[in-house]
Amino acid sequence: MSLPDFFVAHKREVLTLTGEHLWLVGISMLLAVVIGVPLGILLSRRPAWKSLVLGGSNIMQTIPSLALFGLLLPVPWIGARADRLAILALTMYALLPVIRNTYVGIAGVEAPVRDAAIGMGLTPRQLLWQVELPLASNVIVAGIRTATVITVGVATIAAAIGAGGLGEFIFRGLAMVDNNVILAGAIPAALMALSADLVLALIQRTLVRTHH
Amino acid sequence: MTDSTTAIEFVNVAYRIGKRALISDLNLSIRRGETLMLLGRSGSGKTTTLRLINRLLDQSQGQVMVDGRSTAEWDVIQLRRHIGYAIQEAGLFPHYTVQKNVALVPRLERWDPARVAMRVKEVLQLVGLPYDQFAGRYPDQLSGGQRQRVGLARALAADPQILLMDEPFGALDPITRAELQHEFVELRKQLSKTVVFVTHDVAEALLLGDRIALMDSGALKGVFAPAEFLLSTDTLVQPYIAAFRAGQQILDSGA
Repeated sequence: MSLPDFFVAHKREVLTLTGEHLWLVGISMLLAVVIGVPLGILLSRRPAWKSLVLGGSNIMQTIPSLALFGLLLPVPWIGARADRLAILALTMYALLPVIRNTYVGIAGVEAPVRDAAIGMGLTPRQLLWQVELPLASNVIVAGIRTATVITVGVATIAAAIGAGGLGEFIFRGLAMVDNNVILAGAIPAALMALSADLVLALIQRTLVRTHH
Repeated sequence: MTDSTTAIEFVNVAYRIGKRALISDLNLSIRRGETLMLLGRSGSGKTTTLRLINRLLDQSQGQVMVDGRSTAEWDVIQLRRHIGYAIQEAGLFPHYTVQKNVALVPRLERWDPARVAMRVKEVLQLVGLPYDQFAGRYPDQLSGGQRQRVGLARALAADPQILLMDEPFGALDPITRAELQHEFVELRKQLSKTVVFVTHDVAEALLLGDRIALMDSGALKGVFAPAEFLLSTDTLVQPYIAAFRAGQQILDSGA
């Protein structure tokens, strides 16, 4: 069976697995941003914690994804369902680029700008929302882009623990030694990574333009 | 003693980091409406002194009085908004237009938008930037001199009675600097502000100051009127006079 024929024949399954994959990536990225951006802001206020948090998330990234899935298996509640486990692991992978870029973006605000802002009487909250976050947004979104692309890729491994997603095709194809089946998972995953990157690149460009 | 003719007063002020004293035994009265130049070399404590006024730094000892009230008693945000602040490199917000940069403090103070717009126009005019031409520009579309003008306009926007200036013309080329210095002299005649101005440039101190406070190694070494300063036989003042005369000689021989 040729690849296009395979897609036509398994249309429903391709769509379902793509949907699952999108869900795993979407929820994980949402969590990574909701946790990572505030952590990055916190680091900019408490530089002493920098090595702890960045070091910690760095180590996280060195753990092979398959091993991390396995290690999280005995964790209560999380280990009970494969998708929870996958989301937790994916979030942990996505955190580093988000935290680091948030921190770097805020630290990159020029000293005179920060000095003038404080000297003219901006409150700490106004400094954050009106100066630091807008000026760092470009770098923060760049971190989210990197994390998203990584997450789309790593999410294919989630199928190994039964969390679904496009990895199902890849593992099945490997077992069947059938390239078509592998590609049926790999191609939509690649397209997903590319389009997510493109969408975020457009957002990034809009941000740069609005700040000029 | 503090009275209505004193805008800012330092009373036995010291500022230390750990055991190192950056400022010690500082007693200084700054009169309402005067331009006081804080003159000194790098590390003399002049910028530290300036930053104690709007509490970008908090003194380790003594009191800084602004308008008769200790800065420790002021709400720090109110204190800062009550005082204009202009610095080297201007520190304009790169993501704000000139209009929005200048409008910053009035907007934070929730002025009526129509009044903000009028005031922005007014202060831009004051610093020699036509509103129609400059209001919509971003800082990276301005020259160094124009950025400093906007920085000055921003400091003046909420019409503060006190203006702190930290080497505002320090990063400019000599011609632009001279231009801005002369305009500042003119501006001073129109506005009755108390100005505290940090500089390491003795010519600038002589040109702009009503009085010159000389600082060295964290201590105030004397306060002089410009004419007094030039005549002073103080061993600390002599190197400044020598530098000033040398500069003049170069100018004279060039002319």
